[in-house]
Amino acid sequence: MIIENAKYNKDTNDVNCSVKATIDGVEMFVPMDTSNRHYAEILKQVADGTITIAEAD
Amino acid sequence: MAIVINGSGTVTGLAVGGLPDGTVDEGTLATDSVTAAKIPASLENTFVSGRKNLIINGAMQVAQRGTSTALVTNGFTVDRWKNHQSGSTTARFTITQDTDTPSGFSSSLKWDCTTALATLGADDALHSDMRIEGLDIQHLAYGTSDAKSLTVSFWIKSNKVGTYVVWMYLPDGARHSANTYTIDTADTWEKKTLTFAGNTTQVISNDNTSGMYLRFVYGAGSDYTSGTQVTSWANNVNANRYAAQTVNLADSTSNYLNITGVQLEVGSTATEFEHRSYGEELALCQRYYQAFGSNRFYSPSLNGGTGKNIISVPFIQVMRVVPTLSFTDRDGNSSKFSYHSSNVGSTHNGDNAIYTTYFYNGQLFVLPDSYTGYTSWVQTVKLDSEL
Repeated sequence: MIIENAKYNKDTNDVNCSVKATIDGVEMFVPMDTSNRHYAEILKQVADGTITIAEAD
Repeated sequence: MAIVINGSGTVTGLAVGGLPDGTVDEGTLATDSVTAAKIPASLENTFVSGRKNLIINGAMQVAQRGTSTALVTNGFTVDRWKNHQSGSTTARFTITQDTDTPSGFSSSLKWDCTTALATLGADDALHSDMRIEGLDIQHLAYGTSDAKSLTVSFWIKSNKVGTYVVWMYLPDGARHSANTYTIDTADTWEKKTLTFAGNTTQVISNDNTSGMYLRFVYGAGSDYTSGTQVTSWANNVNANRYAAQTVNLADSTSNYLNITGVQLEVGSTATEFEHRSYGEELALCQRYYQAFGSNRFYSPSLNGGTGKNIISVPFIQVMRVVPTLSFTDRDGNSSKFSYHSSNVGSTHNGDNAIYTTYFYNGQLFVLPDSYTGYTSWVQTVKLDSEL
């Protein structure tokens, strides 16, 4: 899974609620749920030092 | 007159009525004296009740993502079948939903090599996976003395004859087992049947995570083939996973492989494929993926005011977990929305950025960034909660 441009996304309460990222060439909103395979892979690649997640605007 | 037959004696014939009503009953036949192999194929379904195929989309009919994918790492073409070019391989395949099938099927999953690699790298592996939720396989009684055997049957066709591996894996406890089969004749549909013993030691978690992988291997490097082929349940050892695999489907751009009619059922006998209706199969797939095509989901109107708005998208089925979301505006721009600056039905006025998205109570909500206008909308919404 190729993950690029990962960045947190905030909800209306200004709390991080998802990660916006380009995954295998497609821009996606990934919920912060470890049962979600995309989020699990994002966490793995962060732990491996392959990617970082930018703070939300 | 009673007749007793012992040793090598055989009955060569009986007159009509030679076995009167009630002669052959539960007391006459010893336990298991009639084996499954002696039950005529025409009657086999008489003895199977309820759902028997644990595989969703085994006939490769449902393809919500589209019918062709140029695979880079891993991904889906037909629903539920996850295709992998794992490791650092430079081999490439196009994966399609194909119309080449054995009789009685309309679709197959096809791997077509587009960039060859004569010798796979050590960590390379090529395979298609079916991952089954733990919730759906509790009746296998794994982790108990009642653990049930499973039989997988499938149709397969390739130009590459040789030995292939089908690998089974339990993420709980990292246990694995495997079976092998051969494609005997090039370019010919062949039906294969393999049986896996039940696992009496490993419990499968009763939850919505992966309880079992069923993996069809098409090639692998030495990291997965340098050991001894596992053939019964054991702790996972990578080198033993696919040791018997002789075929490298990536060694020529002339190579292809088609597979369909995959059935995984309880017991040691393969029965006729369970054909489900398209609608039923689609509904099963939508627990893991939902594609809304070019449907539009509108917000309420701002009545010419300025502000953020809410576009809600209800799920077609309850999904396995909160899904990953992707969507476009009217013109196909990712993560944007389209809007009107006058009442619905007027000309599309432009596209704009999304403020945020979130899921709540079984619905997806998309909040467009502030704009001045009436209604806003998104389309080509895709939701992914695959295993």
